[in-house]
Amino acid sequence: MTETRPTQPTEAADTAQPVLAVSDLTVSFPSEAGEVQAVRGVSYAVRPGEVLGIVGESGSGKSVSSMAVLGLLPESAEVTGSVKLAGRELLGLGDAAMSKIRGKDIGMVFQDPLSALTPVYTVGNQIIEALQVHQSLDKAAARKRAVELLDVVGIPDPKRRVDAFPHEFSGGMRQRAMIAMAIANDPKVIIADEPTTALDVTIQAQVLEVLKTAQEVTGAAIVMITHDLGVIAGFADRVQVMYAGRPVEAGPVDEVYYRPRMPYTIGLLGSIPRLDEARAEGTARRALTPIDGNPPKMVDPAPGCPFAPRCPIAVDQCHTDEPELTVAEGAEPPQALDSVRAGETPLTACHRAHEIGAGLDRDAVYPVPVLPEAGAIERLPRAERATVLELDGLVKHFPLTKGAIVKRTVGTVRAVDGISFDIREGETLGLVGESGCGKTTTLLEILDLPSGQAGTVTVFGKDIRGLNRADRKGLRRDMQIVFQDPMAALDARMPIGDILAEPLKTHGWDKARIAARIPELLDMVGLEPEHADRYPQEFSGGQRQRISIARALALEPKLVILDEPVSALDVSIQAGILNLLDELKTRLGLSYLFVAHDLSVVRHIADRIAVMYLGRIVELGAADDVFAAPSHPYTQALLSAVPLPDPRKERERSRILLSGDLPSPADVPSGCRFAGRCPKYSELGDSDQARCREEDPAAAVLGPDHTAACHFAAAVDVVESAVAH
Amino acid sequence: MGRYLLRRLANYLVLVVVAAALTYFLAGLSLNPRAKFEGRNPPLPASSITKTLDEYNMNPDTPILSRFGHWAEDVVHGDLGKTIEGDDVNDDFGRRVGVSTRLLLLATIVGSLGGIAVGAYGAIRQYRLFDRFSTLASFFVLAMPVFVIGVALKIGATALNDGSQTIKVLGEYDPQYAGQWNFDALVNRAQHMLLPALTLIIMQVALYSRYQRSTMLDVLGSDFLRTARAKGLRRRKALVKHGLRTAILPVVPLLVYNIVLLFTGATFTEKTFGWHGMGELLVDSIQKQDVNSVATVGLFTAVLVLIAGLLSDLLYAALDPRVRVR
Amino acid sequence: MSVQLPPATEPAPGPIPPGEADGRTAKARTSRLRLTVRRFARNRLALFGLFLLVLLFLGAYGGPFLTKWDYQQHDFLNFLSSPSGDHWWGTTQGGVDLFALTMRGLQKSLIIGLLVGVLSTFLSATVGAFAAYFGGWTDRVLMWIVDLLLVMPSFLIVAVLSPSFRGSTWLVFVVLLGAFSWMITGRVVRSMTFTLKDREFVKAAKYMGVPAPVIIFRHILPSMASMLIIDTVIQVGAAVIGESSLSYFGFGVQAPDVSLGTVIADNTTNASTYPWLFFFPAGCLVLIGLSISFVGDGLRDALDPNAAGAKARSHRKKSGKKQQPKRAPSATAAAVPAQTPDAQETAS
Repeated sequence: MTETRPTQPTEAADTAQPVLAVSDLTVSFPSEAGEVQAVRGVSYAVRPGEVLGIVGESGSGKSVSSMAVLGLLPESAEVTGSVKLAGRELLGLGDAAMSKIRGKDIGMVFQDPLSALTPVYTVGNQIIEALQVHQSLDKAAARKRAVELLDVVGIPDPKRRVDAFPHEFSGGMRQRAMIAMAIANDPKVIIADEPTTALDVTIQAQVLEVLKTAQEVTGAAIVMITHDLGVIAGFADRVQVMYAGRPVEAGPVDEVYYRPRMPYTIGLLGSIPRLDEARAEGTARRALTPIDGNPPKMVDPAPGCPFAPRCPIAVDQCHTDEPELTVAEGAEPPQALDSVRAGETPLTACHRAHEIGAGLDRDAVYPVPVLPEAGAIERLPRAERATVLELDGLVKHFPLTKGAIVKRTVGTVRAVDGISFDIREGETLGLVGESGCGKTTTLLEILDLPSGQAGTVTVFGKDIRGLNRADRKGLRRDMQIVFQDPMAALDARMPIGDILAEPLKTHGWDKARIAARIPELLDMVGLEPEHADRYPQEFSGGQRQRISIARALALEPKLVILDEPVSALDVSIQAGILNLLDELKTRLGLSYLFVAHDLSVVRHIADRIAVMYLGRIVELGAADDVFAAPSHPYTQALLSAVPLPDPRKERERSRILLSGDLPSPADVPSGCRFAGRCPKYSELGDSDQARCREEDPAAAVLGPDHTAACHFAAAVDVVESAVAH
Repeated sequence: MGRYLLRRLANYLVLVVVAAALTYFLAGLSLNPRAKFEGRNPPLPASSITKTLDEYNMNPDTPILSRFGHWAEDVVHGDLGKTIEGDDVNDDFGRRVGVSTRLLLLATIVGSLGGIAVGAYGAIRQYRLFDRFSTLASFFVLAMPVFVIGVALKIGATALNDGSQTIKVLGEYDPQYAGQWNFDALVNRAQHMLLPALTLIIMQVALYSRYQRSTMLDVLGSDFLRTARAKGLRRRKALVKHGLRTAILPVVPLLVYNIVLLFTGATFTEKTFGWHGMGELLVDSIQKQDVNSVATVGLFTAVLVLIAGLLSDLLYAALDPRVRVR
Repeated sequence: MSVQLPPATEPAPGPIPPGEADGRTAKARTSRLRLTVRRFARNRLALFGLFLLVLLFLGAYGGPFLTKWDYQQHDFLNFLSSPSGDHWWGTTQGGVDLFALTMRGLQKSLIIGLLVGVLSTFLSATVGAFAAYFGGWTDRVLMWIVDLLLVMPSFLIVAVLSPSFRGSTWLVFVVLLGAFSWMITGRVVRSMTFTLKDREFVKAAKYMGVPAPVIIFRHILPSMASMLIIDTVIQVGAAVIGESSLSYFGFGVQAPDVSLGTVIADNTTNASTYPWLFFFPAGCLVLIGLSISFVGDGLRDALDPNAAGAKARSHRKKSGKKQQPKRAPSATAAAVPAQTPDAQETAS
């Protein structure tokens, strides 16, 4: 199942005429606060067989612009500019004319595959409908074609699956069905709007592969919209970076990634934690460079460059004139106009673009934050530190119920099926795994302090089973949580001061002490003491997450459980939070249990890492060891599926693609639970395969602090493989 | 899934029994059938009143538990007891269910289809003239108790008739057509049906259209509708085939509940227009201190709730593949 | 029609950059209320409803002082007289001044409606939230009671029990009406609580060690405040209609008390010949219902601006401008956000 990405781009593309050309597109909506200028002048062109990536954070207008191309915006939206499909102007066409183009010449893949399919019709019917709208096919022929399409996008057993309803498909399969629908009529252009954002990383790798196949089958151009710089790096030929409704940098991938000239792009690339982060033995981790501030409001934007308030190198001119997107000066001589049109010349919207890369060092644009020196505890060898949390053989099974009308138990969900790990003082354990692997259940089992089904949970040396009420409350003081979604984690009806006071009140602090503590906490997470009077909705996502962290630290806990603390944040904000967590850990001597699905983030922050698959920990060890020498085939697949924001490495990397979806924890295979999807399994001999099928592998010790639950554990370097070989 | 349906049914049955029993206790303790006889002219001797009351199982001096036991035993055997006039409740009940059915059949079909159509169209044309008008009209209707609509229609019809008898305001048919089903009798029935059916239709269209409008509005912003149009479906077709089909789902249980419960709930319409249906019995039996009839209405209503619950579950499962148990 | 708006507008009161904040703290506290009031105020139908409701209350309690007639006083010179300068709304068969009588009935109908609305919302909120939060047997028992009350024919029960509050206070009637009108909302509260229970701010409180009843009253119920407020308003309307319906048949408010239902019932026999006897009291009844619907609808849009209706309403501004450029400010304009100078402040 190991495949190599085909080399690109196609030479023919250079001469072909653009199939889709967008110029000066603007979109504005009326809103309560005033006119929202969602898109302010977007231009791009794609030629057949070419992939254009549009990257931007939430609110940058990237999705709205694609909806405008399809003519699917609400009537209240005002759209100007030009959208030409093979030379034909689309803006201003009526619903009848646009309907002939939608789904035929332009295929569309949306982000959330669950809500994007009509729940009451079968997947097959919805594909057949797409076919019959544009082609005169009889029912039987359309059905046959639908089965073929499902086969093309890699749905196993398509003849049977064609009659399944969307809710019977997994997320990855739904997205494949969406792609099948998008390519049903051999479109000239496929617009994919965050097609993999809702998916797990291994499924994302599969779906990207399917998109590639779809493109090869149809020869279509792809416009790929995403917030993930990694996804685009290996997939796109050209990239356009959007900020505040405008492209701020555009050009071939290599140009944009290796020679960015817009400070925003530079900041974005510097703020992403990377899987291939070099980290020599004993040195402190690299501090990420966060972009301060927040994206601007799209209502009544201030004059000047929209990025100026956040830009570390802004000059006076930036606050008065908005820079045009022009040929980047300095690095290359001005090119012919055709070449600019074709997108081969990098374009930048920055007044100081000519200095960057010439007189101004890219790495010096953003000040690198200083992380504190490792504290006394952190310098101690692991064995000498006290154990903060220990899980031994923890099990959590749920009864599986079925039916919305009549609930009945039909089996057991083995959400957590015997896991063990420990966390020492001053240490961060990263618990990673894809959705459904049981990491959230594990976390709740620790937090709920239940008497448990099997296995023991020991917190600060106390087995939670023997605790009375007061002890439990005491434990709650020492163990705090930070949740994923900072919007949801704070009660919108309480001012920040009350939110921070709640844990203190609950644990009996008096008024004077609470009043003194709140400004202290706000200061600790980089907020102003005056903020105590404001309500959560007056803060941005990153600020709210800071408040969450402050609340968790209010009672001076020893262990903080972080449940996906940065995954709801834009990358430019995420970096600041990660740096803050790093700093607080050292300053306050905290231990973290850091639960996440994003391996790059975990790579950045964790000292040790535990990889979960289907209720078990399959690999556990010091982060450096696990990342440098992943030894369980699942860990290897997981790591190889993570896209790197580095086009050259991405193109040269070989990716281990897993087949199928994560099995249901209600139906756990016997023997090794990964065997059914294991790439290594298929290479083994018969007797070895039998061993995998029958014998549940125990954790094999691979190093002083590195175990993997595989009979044939062997290290493979999947991150830097191409470079190393 | 049969076993689970059965368990659900059993749960419902327990509720029905408890509800019916409670209704009987309340009626038996609160109503005073003796007063009904004591008011007679010429006065009846106390002993004969007691005798009649005992015969009808309505004597307030008999302990309520013993009366209930008696009644429950009869009910199990299919006998609902005697009315306070001495007739069989069974006969009266059968007749009244027929009357209510004839009144409700047409009115509920027109009412629900009309409500769905008005609501869905209003959502699509949100804040346009049609939507504004239908919203305002349904607010107006929903602000009125049914008897107000009924009486207002009656006053209106009297004015329209202007002395003639084209629109009949009382009863199901004129006495001379009793038992007949020829053309003239049907016309006469239609003349009688017009106002009460109109009352029910107005109420239902107003109510259902509000629900349909709001579910339709939810669906209008949905991703799957966007997908349908991205496939190349015209706006109208996408709205009907994908939008309305999905938006109707949450309205179905509500519709079923309302329609089924109208069998005893059309009280005001039946009272206002003099139709002798189940709804009328609800009021009349209490005013007549007719314990057995009150208990029958209570039992019947509880059974209707049970039927409505099962029916809406089944219908929902039939329409929404997500809840189908396979 | 079917696209997500850019999230640029999402956090309505957007982030205030630190530093720019001085002197605005007090305002920030009230901004939520002010925002709601402003949203409500630009919905003309809702304002009209509020105005109507205030007028009805003023009429009900102030009206009797304006007329020389008392609702219990019989004018033996005027039976069934039509509206005149002396008897503004005419007189009944017994010669009672209809205006005085209707205003008296209006008082009772309004106060019963209010009390029932508050009582039933309180019941539904408490029962629903506790059932869902504790789950297990608490939930099963409470939901069984809800099911039972739903199966019981409420109209019949209240009617059957009406003799028991004949002669005693009408407050018993209020309690009965309230006891049979909370179940559906109780279920809604329960299902909302199930969702809220898994919300992170509730879990956060739980993992801090905050006791369950405190969590329910501090975090869960306030989170659905807008729904509960709207529900109270709707329940008030429903209670007014329910009260008048029961009273119409003599099962509700008992003499010597009068409510709109009894006033209409007493005069319904003469309604065809002397229509004012029907139209004045019935009109008052309809006005209560109508004004409450308008207020409820306006509150929903004001409190819950993310509801589909409210969102689309703001979209209309532009298309309204485009399609009807010179239309007079009519009902259409009611939905158009006011262009006040401080409209921009909604965002800060």
